[in-house]
Amino acid sequence: MYYIDPHIHMVSRTTDDYETLAKMGCVALSEPAFWAGYDRGSVDGFRDYFEQLIGFEPKRAGWYGIQHFCWLCINAKEAENVALAREVIAMIPQFLDRPGVLGIGEIGLNKNTKNEATVFLEHIDLAIRTDEQILIHTPHLEDKYQGTRMILDMLCDDGRVNRERVLVDHVEEHTVRHVLDEGFWAGMTLYPVSKCTPGRAADIVELYGPERLLVNSAGDWGPSKPTAVPDFILEMRRRGHSESLIRRVVYDNPVAFFSQSRNFVFNPPDVTEAAGV
Amino acid sequence: MFNSRRSAEVLEQEFLPIRAKVLEVAAALDRLDRGAGSLASDARRAQIQAAIQILLRPDDDRAEQVQLIFSRQFRDDWREEFDI
Ligand SMILES: [Zn+2]
Repeated sequence: MYYIDPHIHMVSRTTDDYETLAKMGCVALSEPAFWAGYDRGSVDGFRDYFEQLIGFEPKRAGWYGIQHFCWLCINAKEAENVALAREVIAMIPQFLDRPGVLGIGEIGLNKNTKNEATVFLEHIDLAIRTDEQILIHTPHLEDKYQGTRMILDMLCDDGRVNRERVLVDHVEEHTVRHVLDEGFWAGMTLYPVSKCTPGRAADIVELYGPERLLVNSAGDWGPSKPTAVPDFILEMRRRGHSESLIRRVVYDNPVAFFSQSRNFVFNPPDVTEAAGV
Repeated sequence: MFNSRRSAEVLEQEFLPIRAKVLEVAAALDRLDRGAGSLASDARRAQIQAAIQILLRPDDDRAEQVQLIFSRQFRDDWREEFDI
C-alpha cells in the first residue's frame, strides 16, 4: 500500500533508510524542523539547517522516488532561549516560499515552561501573519498531558487560528480526545518505548474513527523505527480492517491535510490505487 | 463502528501477548524487590502500584487512566501563574 509519513526526521537517518521506506510503499514524507542533538549557537545554525531541509533532503529522497516536504521553526527545546528564538522567527519568512515548505513546525512545548509558551505564541502569530499551516509537537511522558492542555488553551484563545490547518502531534490515549474535540488534526507517533505502539494506534482509530487522524514514525536520533507506519498497516490488516479505512489514515488524510499548504505540489504515484478504484 | 471483531477473536490474538507482558511486569517487580534498599519514598514506585490497580477495574478506558497516573497535573489557571 502506498503511504505518506507525515512526521519523520530524515536528517537523522541514513540514505539506506530512504531506500527501505521506498520499498515499503512510502511515496512522500514531511519533515518538521527539530532539535539537532545539540543546541545551536546562533541563528546561522538554523539558516544552514533550513537549507539542508529544503535543498538536500528532497534530493536524497528523490533518489528513491520519495517526495520530501518540510516545516520550519525553532523547536521547543531550544526555544527556552527566547532571544535566539526571536531571531529565528524573524528569519523564517525568507524561506516560506521555497518549494516543499508546508508551514511552521514542529512548534510546541517540551518542559511546559513560560519561555516555551512565549515562543510558541510568537510562532502562532507568525503562522497567522504569513497564512501558514501549523504542526505541533506535544511533550513526552509525564509532561504530555499538561503540555497538550496548555497548547490547546493557547490555540483556542486565539480566534484567528483556523483549526483545520493545525496538526497536533504525538497524541496518545489521554490527549487524543481533547485535540479532536476542539477540531484540530491529531497525529499518533509510533515509537518503541514512549508514545504509541501500532496496536494502541489501531485501538485509537477503532475508538475515534479515521477523521482527522494521522500516523507517523517520527524517526529521529533516538531509538525509533522509520518503518513504523507499515507496522501500523499490518496491525490494521490483522484486525480485518478494510484497505480503504487503512488508506484513509496513511494516505488520504495526509494528502487532505497537506493540500491546504500552497507549497504542497504532490505527484500521486498511482492514481488507480490511491483512488481506491 | 470501527471495531466489528468478536471478543473471542481478539482473545485469540491477544492471549499470548498479554500473558507475556504480565509475566514481564511480574518479573520486573520481583527484580525491584530483590534490589537492596527501600523504594518507599520513590513516587514512581507508587505510580506503578496505582497503575496496576487500574488494570483490575472493569472500566473501558484503562489505557487512558494509566496514562493519567503517569502524568503531571494540569491546572486551568496556568496562564495567570505565567502571566501570559
Ligand atoms: Zn518530531
